[in-house]
Amino acid sequence: MSITREAGPAWAIELNKLTVYYNDKLAVRDVDLKIERQKITAFIGPSGCGKSTVLRSINRMNDLIPGARVTGRVMYSGKNLYDTDIDAVEVRRHIGMVFQKPNPFPKSIFDNVAYGPRLLGIRDGKTLKQIVEQSLRASFLWDEVKDDLKKSGLALSGGQQQRLCIARAIAVQPDVILMDEPCSALDPIATQAIEELMLELVRQYTIIIVTHNMQQAQRVADYTAFFNIRKEQETAGNERRWGLLAEHGATEQIFNAPKLEETERYISGEFG
Amino acid sequence: MSAAPETAGGVIHDEAAYKRGLRLRTWRGTAWQNFFLLAIVAGIAALIALGFTVVNDAFGYVIATYETPAAELAPNGDLNGLSNAELAQILTEHTPSRLAVYIRDYLYSGDPAEFAKLPMSQALPGATLLPGAENRTVRELNDEQQAAILGDNLSQPVLVTIVEDNVVGESIYQTFSLTESLVNRAGIEAELASAPEGATLSFRSWVSLDFLLSPPSANPATTGARVALLGSLWVTALTILIAFPIGVGAAIYLEEYAAPTRFNRFIEINIRNLAGVPSIVYGILGLAVFVRALATFTGGRSILSAALTMSLLILPVVIINAQEAIRAVPLSLREASYGVGATKWQTIWRVVLRSATPGILTGVILAISRAIGETAPLLLVGASTFIVSDPSGLLSKFTVLPIQIYNYTARPQQPWRDAAAAAILVLLLVLLLFNATAIIMRQRARRRLSA
Ligand SMILES: Nc1ncnc2c1ncn2[C@@H]1O[C@H](COP(=O)(O)OP(=O)(O)O)[C@@H](O)[C@H]1O
Ligand SMILES: [Mg+2]
Repeated sequence: MSITREAGPAWAIELNKLTVYYNDKLAVRDVDLKIERQKITAFIGPSGCGKSTVLRSINRMNDLIPGARVTGRVMYSGKNLYDTDIDAVEVRRHIGMVFQKPNPFPKSIFDNVAYGPRLLGIRDGKTLKQIVEQSLRASFLWDEVKDDLKKSGLALSGGQQQRLCIARAIAVQPDVILMDEPCSALDPIATQAIEELMLELVRQYTIIIVTHNMQQAQRVADYTAFFNIRKEQETAGNERRWGLLAEHGATEQIFNAPKLEETERYISGEFG
Repeated sequence: MSAAPETAGGVIHDEAAYKRGLRLRTWRGTAWQNFFLLAIVAGIAALIALGFTVVNDAFGYVIATYETPAAELAPNGDLNGLSNAELAQILTEHTPSRLAVYIRDYLYSGDPAEFAKLPMSQALPGATLLPGAENRTVRELNDEQQAAILGDNLSQPVLVTIVEDNVVGESIYQTFSLTESLVNRAGIEAELASAPEGATLSFRSWVSLDFLLSPPSANPATTGARVALLGSLWVTALTILIAFPIGVGAAIYLEEYAAPTRFNRFIEINIRNLAGVPSIVYGILGLAVFVRALATFTGGRSILSAALTMSLLILPVVIINAQEAIRAVPLSLREASYGVGATKWQTIWRVVLRSATPGILTGVILAISRAIGETAPLLLVGASTFIVSDPSGLLSKFTVLPIQIYNYTARPQQPWRDAAAAAILVLLLVLLLFNATAIIMRQRARRRLSA
């Protein structure tokens, strides 16, 4: 069975009791979260609370990790993405991903962006050129690289590389874009460029971003989900830790009037 | 941070102790550096010694005697410029009684004792024969008819060799090494004076176009590496063609598809161990499997059997290097590929293999060096030690350069050593040729991957 995009429901993605294990170790537990269509949702929280884990579960990137196991549901366009008849390859074509460290292929700029469309069997040179130009324009990179599309993607600066990766992700026209700390390897100016780009992209795409930067969350996100760590003493000196979704709401509310004390402590930097 | 131990505190605060320690540390570094330099110098010295021994034998003065100087047979003594008919004519004039022997030695492949009793059409099936010769035995043919058989059925280089061996009869009386030739000219002149009448002194490069193009012969003056060179090229090229796809395929399977089960670990460890198995063992295997059991497909002692055996021998090297190269492809690149909706195979083909190409080619380079130099397994799978006809296809008999070299050095006279030195230079040249090709390909692949 294949995935047919539905424009209807307000929620692009719904997580239902999403729980992830790595081998026998519980990583995050019982995440219930609704992601609104064409908005930016930020995941914040201390290191190791499972932000990346949840993000990577949404487009089944965790399938690649041996030992990773997911229970619960990820609903997208009326389908549970973890149903046995859903192909992970198809999921990732609808829900794209941008990683923490820019990871362009050691290929030309053109070939980087054309990679996805070519996977789908598009061979026609004119069509490919069109897609590449559109994607590079949409990721604000076109003016900087239009004269040397043959240059290696690795020859670009870090910020340009990250925008190239965004162009590569949107070239297959996904519906949702997942970004795992996309600016953490970049300088402030490159970071600002990516943030502006996100605010532009959100007119067309649903975006989920993991960030460690509180200001960034406040600048770009419509909604913010705060994840935290729970600990439990199993036996003496043997502690069990797992992550969970502590609080979720409009960014304004999370930062100005958090309902939980732990949220308040985390955003004010008192944590840990 | 806890407080530093007292002794360490002693050094940190004691200026003199610090200076002593620093001198010792600096001295240690210098000592290691000198050791590394020494290692390199020793390596280079060994290489120079090797090169010198080979070159010293491959060039130098020779004193030679002739039965009939080539200048009397052909304009400027250039036998290579003569046609088949002219060469056959020379043989008829100078050695009429041996024509039947040449036919037997170079064209007939059955039992020598039977040869004289068979009609020509049976003795030489498929050969070009003059009308009337088919039903006669070799004794019933006259000289012209025998000469025609030689001229019509042997290649020109083989005829040249026969003329050189049996008519010109160049015989190397004495040879001198390159060093002797350079420093002891007077001694060489004295040797020439005591040599038989008609002896000539000339500077000879044992590696020459003639050496490359002539088949082997029983005379070191006219022997050549042609057949062995072609054999080496055939076997090596075919070996790579077989081992490359299989080796890379196995590496892909082990790295990308095989689950990390105990059985698969066991297979991997075994492949690693196979790389260290003595090559003679592969020879025994090749003899049993390819030469004997599969003789109907491989033609027995053929180039194909040799290449299959060599493929087995180099497969572990190819597989291991390809595995390392595939493993070294960063996870981030795979994730990038999966992240835009690539299937596993698309990711392997478009990203993993592309990035692994330079490392895979490194394995191929190592494998080529090994395949070209191997002798023992090929002796077992039946490389001929003396063969005058060029390999003509996958199923033909063959020999290779290392075996030719071994064959030369097994003979006691100095001229054969010189021929061996020449063959070694040819072997090194072939090695260089194959390796250079692979290195250039690797360089290209690397450049494609870099910024
Ligand atoms: N590949 C993995 N294998 C095993 N454990 C993992 C793996 N990735 C993450 N974890 C564990 O899962 C928990 C959540 O990690 P992660 O999702 O990376 O947190 P975050 O992104 O919020 O810092 C951590 O305890 C981490 O050690
Ligand atoms: Mg993370």
